[in-house]
Amino acid sequence: MDWTLGTIALRALGVGFLMSFVVITGFAYTTLLERKLLARLQGRVGPERAGYIPLPRKGKKERKLLGGVLQPAADAVKLFFKEDRAPDMVDTVIYNIAPMLTVIPAVLILAVIPWAPTLLKSSPYPYFAIAPGLQVGVLFILAVASIAVYGVALAGWASNSKYAILGGIRATAQMISYELALSLTVLPSVMLAGSMNLNDIVVAQEGLWFFLIQPVATLIFIIGVFAELQRAPFDLLEAEQELSSGYNVEYGSMRFGMFFMAEYMKMISFSAIAAVLFFGGYRGPFVDQVPLLGILYLFGKIFLGLCLMIWVRASMPRLRYDQLMNFGWKILLPLAVLNFVVTAIGIVLHSEGILNLPLPG
Amino acid sequence: MGHPIVFLILATVAVFAAIGMLTSRNAVHSALYLVLNFCTVAVFYLVLNAPFISMVQITVYAGAIVVLFLFVIMLLGADQLPKASSNGGLQYILAIFATAGLATALILQLSGFGDGTAKPESALDASPEAIGTLLFQDYVFPFEITSLILLVAMMSLIVFKAQKRKKQDG
Repeated sequence: MDWTLGTIALRALGVGFLMSFVVITGFAYTTLLERKLLARLQGRVGPERAGYIPLPRKGKKERKLLGGVLQPAADAVKLFFKEDRAPDMVDTVIYNIAPMLTVIPAVLILAVIPWAPTLLKSSPYPYFAIAPGLQVGVLFILAVASIAVYGVALAGWASNSKYAILGGIRATAQMISYELALSLTVLPSVMLAGSMNLNDIVVAQEGLWFFLIQPVATLIFIIGVFAELQRAPFDLLEAEQELSSGYNVEYGSMRFGMFFMAEYMKMISFSAIAAVLFFGGYRGPFVDQVPLLGILYLFGKIFLGLCLMIWVRASMPRLRYDQLMNFGWKILLPLAVLNFVVTAIGIVLHSEGILNLPLPG
Repeated sequence: MGHPIVFLILATVAVFAAIGMLTSRNAVHSALYLVLNFCTVAVFYLVLNAPFISMVQITVYAGAIVVLFLFVIMLLGADQLPKASSNGGLQYILAIFATAGLATALILQLSGFGDGTAKPESALDASPEAIGTLLFQDYVFPFEITSLILLVAMMSLIVFKAQKRKKQDG
């Protein structure tokens, strides 16, 4: 195949459509995973009525196999058919675009994730992604994560409600605070790989996954992601007792659903980023021989990331607002700076031959 | 400079966003027009083969600075400006003169009348490595001075705030 500008654009469109479709389906089933797993962790059954295969048992009630597989579809249908109404005094334009502004960054991040080594022999790119040509993938992620705050903040403001705006302001403050620590923990991986291209970072982890060299950065990154996603224990912008669910309180129907869509899609994309930066991305046994395995490995790592998020939600109580701010600014940020400096010194000492550290390159 | 159609679309959006920012009577709308403008400029950089600057443009301007603007606007509840007020004709005349002067200077410079310093270098390396080398080796002294100035500004703010708080408490 000849790789002209047209075929490159077509390829990007095709792969983009495919991966977005996979992730949108994945998001629906992430909600099911969360409900089922949370229920199991709390000793409940979870949704099991929608779409099960009845297995007859002797003398007892039938067993439900795959209980709840159609639950996401049922939820989506319910949300779509609810009446879509807005309160009187809202800022109509912003009220309507705010849910979209939360979903778009969540999907955009997926553009730079390397899913596998190159699948087609003739491909001009060394790996498989929606936008493999971008050399500054890490910066792209930081840029998109930094504009993700608009959706929530504007939803709170445009709703013209005290609870919603308090939720929106909490969200803005929280995301600004934790973004700093999050960005600083991305840097050690960039320094170790010597590149901002995500595929180079994955390739650099061939021998040793970076979470073994950078345990502190990995830990801070994971905590930062919880705050960035506003999930428990940092979900106090939607604290039910204080804010009656915060920025989305005035929304209904699928607009309300879109906030959840954004949250679960961000769970998926940030799990993917964590896998790429610290857990070897698509790397695993035999991935060089069979590139398609890379997609499976990455999905497996994303699945484990999702399970961790749900597990934490089931076991941690919510923080107070001042605790959250103190933790972010007085503990996480200095720790991230310190880790960054130590890593930089270690890399220089290693390259000068003074210390022999197990580093790539 | 990419395809002319890409440039035309981007330029139109950028100019309309800028006008919208100036004419909107709602501070939040103004801030959002500003974000749109910053994002179009970022795409300009991308078209000009400078992905690093493009991403930094979005992170710093759209992601940090305007978010802080919005934060202040929301906290102060200053989103609705009063009806347009102006100091009469003088303001308009001054504005027209300033704009005309700027436009003349730009047109003269870009069409090659000046010494031609505004012409872009043809093959500028805009990769992260090249920018890093420029910032931290060739121009490390101005860079450090700039960061020192920012640090002093930040610290002075904290000192002012601490003194004020002490007075209130005491």
